[in-house]
Amino acid sequence: MNPLPAAKALDNFFFEARAKILDLAAFLDRIERGDKAEEVGRDPRLAKVRRALQTLLDNGDRRAEQVQQIFSLDYDPHWEKPKPHY
Amino acid sequence: MNYIDPHIHMISRVTDDYQRMAYAGCAAVTEPAFWAGFDRGSAEGFRDYFRHLTEVEPKRAAQFNIRHYSWLCINAKEAENVALSRDVIALIPEYLKKPNVLGIGEIGLNKNTRNEAIVFQEHVDLAMKTNELMLIHTPHLEDKLKGTRMIIDMLKGDRRVKPERVLIDHVEEHTVRFAMEGGFWCGMTLYPTTKCTPARAVDILERYGTDRIMANSAGDWGKSDPLAVPELIQEMKRRGHSDAVIRKVVYENPLAFFTQCSRWQDWPREETAKAPHGNGTSVRAKRAKATA
Repeated sequence: MNPLPAAKALDNFFFEARAKILDLAAFLDRIERGDKAEEVGRDPRLAKVRRALQTLLDNGDRRAEQVQQIFSLDYDPHWEKPKPHY
Repeated sequence: MNYIDPHIHMISRVTDDYQRMAYAGCAAVTEPAFWAGFDRGSAEGFRDYFRHLTEVEPKRAAQFNIRHYSWLCINAKEAENVALSRDVIALIPEYLKKPNVLGIGEIGLNKNTRNEAIVFQEHVDLAMKTNELMLIHTPHLEDKLKGTRMIIDMLKGDRRVKPERVLIDHVEEHTVRFAMEGGFWCGMTLYPTTKCTPARAVDILERYGTDRIMANSAGDWGKSDPLAVPELIQEMKRRGHSDAVIRKVVYENPLAFFTQCSRWQDWPREETAKAPHGNGTSVRAKRAKATA
């Protein structure tokens, strides 16, 4: 499956991306306008939003995966697994 | 174009939705057992639910010439109650004889607790003893990556499990690789806010290819769209993907997985157009070939 040529992808998705960035900007404004905005500013969820926004400025083609990882809990490969009953 | 919705909870949808899905080309749906919106008080509540999934919904779907299949289990949310779960698991074999049942599902994890893992493993034990396919729910939001990896740990640690007989559902950008590399089938759920949008689902297809992957609406009583698979079809068309490639994702792949069920009864299919050479190859595979 070939992805769209870059120029075509920009043409096709520019307005959708613009709308989503505006929504994000308005979301952050909404929080700042509310009571006790300073307290909420320390909420770990907002820290993740800021990290995710930083990721968008990186180069490469794995930003969506990286943003997903920012919003994910850590995995411990040594967790205690139940035993199958053969 | 005909399509199959491989994961939709029709019990929570009105009959008009069946009609609109039929108008949009829906040939078949499969309905996994899930949470009722409240924790059920006894195993008998599940007996009624299993009757609904195996008797009522197939008749409702048939009014619109849509074939209805189902999957049976106690869902991960109620699996925190291990005693209730064991009572429900004991009920399942009786319903596995029903002609529309495809296997055990949607089993999995919700908050990745020890009890959920125990009940998941006991469902896998049942599926292995009865030679059933498995449809697996992966957790929501921040729990998804951890839970998906825990589920794959359990499946890979069980030498009886054949990955090609397991569908790992609700994969997203950060989990699809683990399921694919494990040899499992993958399902992408198209939701307006959580899970995948149609555009991101097509991005995943472009990156990972169209082998062993399908898309579903997981329509239920929450904010969800029973016509999400047709929306994916439109998004693929918008990007210039061929009808043959689209049909593979929305029709042939689900059938290829489901027809492994020993109770499967074949029905006349829409004729398959041949995919142009290489059209189902992912960008990643092409890059790997170019650098080899």
